[in-house]
Amino acid sequence: MAHAYTPGLRVTRSALIRKRRILPIKGTLLVAEGQTVTATDIVARAEIPGRVHAVNIVNKLSIEAGETTRYMKKKAGDEVRKDETIAENNPLIKWFKSAVPSPIDGKVESVSDVTGQVLLREPPKPLNLAAYVDGTVVEVIPGEGVVVETHAAFAQGIFGIGGETVGHLETIVASPDVDLKPGDLRPEHAGKILIGGAHASMPVIRRAIEVKAAAIVIGGIHDKDLREILGKDLGVAITGTENVGITLIITEGFGSIPMAQKTFELLQSLKGRKASCSGATQIRAGVIRPEIVIPTDAPAGAGGKEGEKEGMKPGDPVRIIREPMFGRLGTIQSLPPDLTKIPTESHVRVLVVRFSDGSTATVPRTNVESIES
Amino acid sequence: MADRPLNVVIATDCGSTTTKAILIEKVGDVYRQTFRGEAPTTVEAPFEDVTKGVLNAIQEVEELSGRKILDGEKIITPNDGKVGVDIYVSTSSAGGGLQMMVAGAVAAMTGESAQRCALGGGAIVMDVLASNDGRAGYEKIERIRQLRPDMILLSGGTDGGTVTHVVEMGEYIAAADPKPRLGIGYQLPVIYAGNKDARPRIQEILGSRFALDIADNIRPTLERENLMPARHRIHDLFLEHVMQQAPGYKKLIAMCGAPIIPTPAAVGDIIERVAKKEQINVLGVDIGGATTDVFSVFQKVFNRTVSANLGMSYSISNVLAEAGLENILRWVPIELDEQDLRNRIKNKMIRPTTIPFTVDELMIEQAIAREALRLALDQHKLLAVGLKGVQQERSISDAFEQKASGQSLINMMDLNLVIGSGGILSHAPRRVQSMVMMTDSYQLEGITRLAVDSIFMMPHLGVLATVNEKAATDAFEHDCMVYLGTCIAPVGQGKPGEKCLEIRLAGDGLNFSESIPVGELKLLKLEVGKSAKMDATPAKGFDLGAGKGKALSATIHGGVGGVLIDTRGRPLQLPADRKARVGLLRKWSRALDLYPEVR
Repeated sequence: MAHAYTPGLRVTRSALIRKRRILPIKGTLLVAEGQTVTATDIVARAEIPGRVHAVNIVNKLSIEAGETTRYMKKKAGDEVRKDETIAENNPLIKWFKSAVPSPIDGKVESVSDVTGQVLLREPPKPLNLAAYVDGTVVEVIPGEGVVVETHAAFAQGIFGIGGETVGHLETIVASPDVDLKPGDLRPEHAGKILIGGAHASMPVIRRAIEVKAAAIVIGGIHDKDLREILGKDLGVAITGTENVGITLIITEGFGSIPMAQKTFELLQSLKGRKASCSGATQIRAGVIRPEIVIPTDAPAGAGGKEGEKEGMKPGDPVRIIREPMFGRLGTIQSLPPDLTKIPTESHVRVLVVRFSDGSTATVPRTNVESIES
Repeated sequence: MADRPLNVVIATDCGSTTTKAILIEKVGDVYRQTFRGEAPTTVEAPFEDVTKGVLNAIQEVEELSGRKILDGEKIITPNDGKVGVDIYVSTSSAGGGLQMMVAGAVAAMTGESAQRCALGGGAIVMDVLASNDGRAGYEKIERIRQLRPDMILLSGGTDGGTVTHVVEMGEYIAAADPKPRLGIGYQLPVIYAGNKDARPRIQEILGSRFALDIADNIRPTLERENLMPARHRIHDLFLEHVMQQAPGYKKLIAMCGAPIIPTPAAVGDIIERVAKKEQINVLGVDIGGATTDVFSVFQKVFNRTVSANLGMSYSISNVLAEAGLENILRWVPIELDEQDLRNRIKNKMIRPTTIPFTVDELMIEQAIAREALRLALDQHKLLAVGLKGVQQERSISDAFEQKASGQSLINMMDLNLVIGSGGILSHAPRRVQSMVMMTDSYQLEGITRLAVDSIFMMPHLGVLATVNEKAATDAFEHDCMVYLGTCIAPVGQGKPGEKCLEIRLAGDGLNFSESIPVGELKLLKLEVGKSAKMDATPAKGFDLGAGKGKALSATIHGGVGGVLIDTRGRPLQLPADRKARVGLLRKWSRALDLYPEVR
């Protein structure tokens, strides 16, 4: 067996985190290599080309397409103001005169003698790209963006919604198996990243939005509540652009599932610290998981740098990620090399997990994830 | 092209989740698939190099076969006894596959032709733009801007016809200035395959901003579609531009002994070959984690569609969103709580590589698969149509049965063979489960043979066929196709218990004669390679292919499942009452011994 590779969620107290901050189109960099930045500092800016409006001169002036240029008052590249005449005819009787006004402030992009279309473009809009995490610029990619590096505690969730946000961590339950209640959320939680336990119901999420919390990090939510928040069934897990008034990160899955002890203890121990988090999730074609980055002063410990994951081996801690033992933690006792028949009658590669009470279970290798440190 | 002499071939398919490697060796005079290995695809972070997954998968083949194939990160060629291979070939759909936007002048004509061209080339079509697509100019431009395709195919107009509409679409594309999905600094490839008279103008509008490529018009006349030249350009640009931007592909291209082709294009090629060789109508489906591809050859016309968001892992939640909960529940032979089912589906979506461990979970996944297959075929039927806008000559007799141009080519009664592929079909624990999934979702009519791709090797064989057709054909016949059997399903409606079908099957160890009432499923044993003669008479109101109530004789082929007689009626109607429905599903499950634990 070449590799028994099962990616897991990363939860670590000390890591060297590098964040690539790349513009969607080429732009200007505002910081230099070696510069210290805070999460909200703008590191790069791009001009997003303005929207384009099409005006058909042929129809408006009742002319042939080939005559378009002749009737234009403006040419490609000219600036125009809203309602300014861009084309007009010149009839013998003035009464029949028609003019075509510009629908926007902007520029003439092109004039076509084939289609009679004039394309007008609105002025570009600036796009500001923030550093996202407190750290140091360690690399600049000319015209494209920068890499910001920070020593941080780091935790990945399994799924999230909502974009990047910054706030201070606040734990509002005593243990990871407790469900959040609306009454747990108070006005002083405004702008905070709230660490919950097992489950957040719809009333809890509504209350969090009401108190203007920056984010909730929780073990699980019900799918029906996600549908209510989004106003639709989520088809494909590509998220991060939702504008729902809060960033939501679930660490375990859908349902009421206690947050992994390790994740909870880590976040609890950093209560009050400034953190950056993002709900952006993409499970298809380029896995992106939601995350919480909590910059610390301590340099990353050994093995703390992001890198290739090793294969699984006996003794490694794992979590079962599929029914019927979903969420149970254990360690790998053995990795039998042969295909093994499971209750569905499929023959698959399995591993034997030993739980803390000494019992064991045979589980498909694909149904566990490594708990990484 | 003559076959390249080969004795040992290693082939990989780099899928979005898994890279699968197979070894094909010449045994005597016949090529056989001998070993396989797989490893997670490594296009994404932290690896960002597709060749790592390829090497891991090949390493597994090495371990199983005892053949040394790799020398570090190099593939040893040529083969010398137990060392090396003669060629390495690969297909790829990793990193989201090939994503294209297409544009035409008229949506139902060149728009559809462009869509068929891109789909046949193995692409996912992100959107189809046309002059008459109902969107205002600025809306079209906004849409083009939002999309970040790998490539654009622009068509429009017949040769010598009007140039206005296609130039207008060119102007919109230029104004939108879309950026490619991969690689921030390179020019987006645009293939122009429209009215040849508009070429100079298109060159002027798009030439400086895009990597413009001119191909023959895909619709030179209204009556003729000419998709191959543009399709070849799609493959070329896929290699020259798109793959050069994907992590590790430059290395992969250098490792391969033949051009890499998009996975669906390779599968389509194999299915087309089968239909041509056997002179039959074929429906092929590949249900993956993210997408479901449907291929068909009806009346010798090949079509492919891809339902980009219907799949069994990444897109499983979208099957729920599109089909609705009730449509999924109608196939589940157990009582289920709605919230529980919703959470289970979402948990599969966020952890897409997990597999069902219990029988209940297997039943749920197979129920979802039925809906994904059904929806994907519905979408396929809309595109697999005759050319629209074509003038038809009609005789007097046609005047009473006037059909518009552009009718769907898919007629389930004329279908001879269904080939299923993808984990849920190829790896179903009991083969009969695959048979019933396809029968339910496609509502097979009349007499239809069913097969599955044993280990999903159609992509490998599709690319292998480009260098050695015999090797691909041998492995396809001996190792790829697993014949499940034949479905016999009269079309019509009746009440349970009423007379439906008088049937007699005899030959190769099968001797069966019975009158089967409405509402039954029966499975008869008839092994692979064996056949029986069928004489059947459907009841009045039921049609088995010869007309309502008309007798039919045919040769029925066996398979690992056998002969499935389905008198549930078409269209299949299940009781609306949940309890009654679950009871009926359990009865059918027991009759077919479908699951281990249905009591």
